[in-house]
Amino acid sequence: MSADVLPYTVKPHPITGLYSGKFGMWLFLASEVMLFGAFFSSYILLKFSAPSEGAAAWPTHDERHLSWVVAGANTLVLIISSVTMVMAWLSLKGNNLAKGRLFLGVTAALASLFLAFKIFLEYIPHWHEGYTTSHSVFFGLYYTMTGLHGLHVIGGILVMVYFIGPGSKLWRSDPEYYTNRIECTGLYWHFVDLVWIVLFPTLYLMN
Amino acid sequence: MSNEADHHLGFWRKYVFSTDHKVIGIQYTITSLVFLLFGFSLLMLMRWQLAYPGREIPILGKFLSESIAPGGVMLPEFYNSLGAMHGTIMVFLGVVPLGVGGFGNYFMPLQIGAPDMAFPKLNMLSYWVYAVGGLIMMTGFFVPGGAANSGWTAYPPLADIATLGQTVWLIGMVFLITSSLFGSVNFIVTIVHLRARGLTMFRLPFFVWAQFVTAFLLLLAMPPLEAAGILQLLDRVAGTSFFMPEGLVISGVHQVGAGGGSPILWQHLFWFLGHPEVYVLLLPAMGIVAEVIPANTRKPLFGYKSIVYSVLFLGFMSFIVWAHHMFLTGMGTTMSTFFATTTMIISLPSVVILTALALSLYKGAIRLTVPMLFALAFLPMLGIGGLTGLPLGLPASDIYLHDTYYVIGHFHYVVAPGIVFGLFAGIYHWYPKVTGRKMNETLGRIHFVLSFVFMNMVFMPMFFQGMAGVSRRLYDQTVYTHGSAVQDLTVLSSWGAWCLGLAQIPFILNFFLSIWKGKAVDANPWQATTLEWAAPSPPPHGNFVTQPVVHRGPYEYSVPDRSDDFFPQHALAES
Repeated sequence: MSADVLPYTVKPHPITGLYSGKFGMWLFLASEVMLFGAFFSSYILLKFSAPSEGAAAWPTHDERHLSWVVAGANTLVLIISSVTMVMAWLSLKGNNLAKGRLFLGVTAALASLFLAFKIFLEYIPHWHEGYTTSHSVFFGLYYTMTGLHGLHVIGGILVMVYFIGPGSKLWRSDPEYYTNRIECTGLYWHFVDLVWIVLFPTLYLMN
Repeated sequence: MSNEADHHLGFWRKYVFSTDHKVIGIQYTITSLVFLLFGFSLLMLMRWQLAYPGREIPILGKFLSESIAPGGVMLPEFYNSLGAMHGTIMVFLGVVPLGVGGFGNYFMPLQIGAPDMAFPKLNMLSYWVYAVGGLIMMTGFFVPGGAANSGWTAYPPLADIATLGQTVWLIGMVFLITSSLFGSVNFIVTIVHLRARGLTMFRLPFFVWAQFVTAFLLLLAMPPLEAAGILQLLDRVAGTSFFMPEGLVISGVHQVGAGGGSPILWQHLFWFLGHPEVYVLLLPAMGIVAEVIPANTRKPLFGYKSIVYSVLFLGFMSFIVWAHHMFLTGMGTTMSTFFATTTMIISLPSVVILTALALSLYKGAIRLTVPMLFALAFLPMLGIGGLTGLPLGLPASDIYLHDTYYVIGHFHYVVAPGIVFGLFAGIYHWYPKVTGRKMNETLGRIHFVLSFVFMNMVFMPMFFQGMAGVSRRLYDQTVYTHGSAVQDLTVLSSWGAWCLGLAQIPFILNFFLSIWKGKAVDANPWQATTLEWAAPSPPPHGNFVTQPVVHRGPYEYSVPDRSDDFFPQHALAES
């Protein structure tokens, strides 16, 4: 079934005010909230059920050896990338494909910078210092939660690269459809940022 | 219209990698029926060990490898694998894909008058991710140590230290969860956005409402299981200890590693999915029965709005009852009281729905067609399943009955003679729509009567075994005095299971032979009112010849002053 016979692929539905893709994206994000919510709940449950002393005790802020400087810089990188993502969409709304692709490229580059910081300034040094997944429950969760977030970042980069490259052919046949897809990518991207903004204080700042 | 162009797709795009919701629905149906048969076969093997512990399995025993059944006698490890895989296959690869993926995919778009699902490509992807997940699950049987053997609930720490099959199980589950995520997004958007003109939410057939609530349950309850699966996978492969407590000793060996994890965390995450999952299994079958009953009593469904509100309430409540599976974890009386209370509350909407379905029969001109027989049997069977659940929802009685055969009897009454009968009703009811031919009545009746008798023969004894104190996962209950005392019941139940297997032969024959030999039918053989009967049988690509417009509710049967006893949703009023 080709998309042109299905209603509301591009135009918004009168009741929901959303085109189908955007509605689908919101539902997907709802399930993502439940996924990350489950990890945060696990974090809380494990933290409060850990013994108060001994090897399995929850590490205090100082014992975690996590630097808020790198993570803080990364937070800034992601927030800027959210802004450039919006700029990409606005450029397309203003009928400017070249500028739209440029901002998408900048967003993807910032996302890659985030991953580079994460891997080379955090994961690799930590691992060599002995803070591996089996070091403690805290570090297990640290790698799991930031790793899952990192996978989401990689997913975002792949989608952006697709829409800069082969996916942009859609612009020629249906610019509105293409712009909508970038809007959905943006929704996803803001969510990925938001997850980090919760992860950052949970893992790096709170005691 | 581009519909016409799509007709000229090649074989692969038309039948294998199709984006047509009907083809995908058929793919789901066939795959899940095969899995149901396979999962049931595993059970028939288990029943031999239970009935005749330590005896050589007849015929099949010779073909099993020495590593799992030396001399044809199955090893406890193999028995455990069979148990875990039976549960997993029936729930995640059989009943849910049949009720949601099969029936939902095929009939929900038809019933709302849509040309297809909102995201056809995503729909195709959803099927293939499910199929790959199923194949991965099956490869578990061929890895060292055999398939997953920690029960379908995969409780740690046992599952954390189990053989390689458990890792395969977890990877398979991640695929199945991803597939259900794609499906649920698609279902919700389709139901909200693609309804035909005039089809308001309160004119939707109950089947569509059931699919709608089911999709929300899958969307929101599956992710926590995915999180749990990821954590358990890391425990097994990355050396973490999320579910491994401090100071754990296994077979006299103190486990090294960080410790500090919580096995109870797994139970919370698992049952947060697990309880909504019960309604994911149940609601599609309830939806089917709500379609079959009005069509065969020739009168409207009793209390349509009440059951719609009930199903919405039930969906919401199903998220806050999960810990009634965990009364024995020592979570405290406050928590137990809360979850016992919510559990008692959630039984109310189920009772409302079941009662409304039963009252729909009152003063009806009942036609005892094969789908109607299954629908009629669904009501008392689900009733037994539901009522026997009440003692399990109350902590005081649950402490005695927990993890006994009583529990097995309870949830199998819900799933097997309950839900599976509902799904059988759906197959007989909608077969003419899919193939253009009816299934054979006589074979159908034989299938129904035998299935009904043997289902009860399998599951009724389990209540008594459970009350006698027999635990659910025993390899050989006769080693205990209290187990030996009720061994006769086990034998009875086993013979019931094997006979039930034979009773499916008429169904399988009927299913295939009717494709060619069945009585050819027109678009509306049951003279039903909902929109799927407005499309030709089988519906062409794009579904409807002329786009239907809806003028009335879904169950307008025996409307006074009309010549016909049914008034289809799309028919214009006679003036």
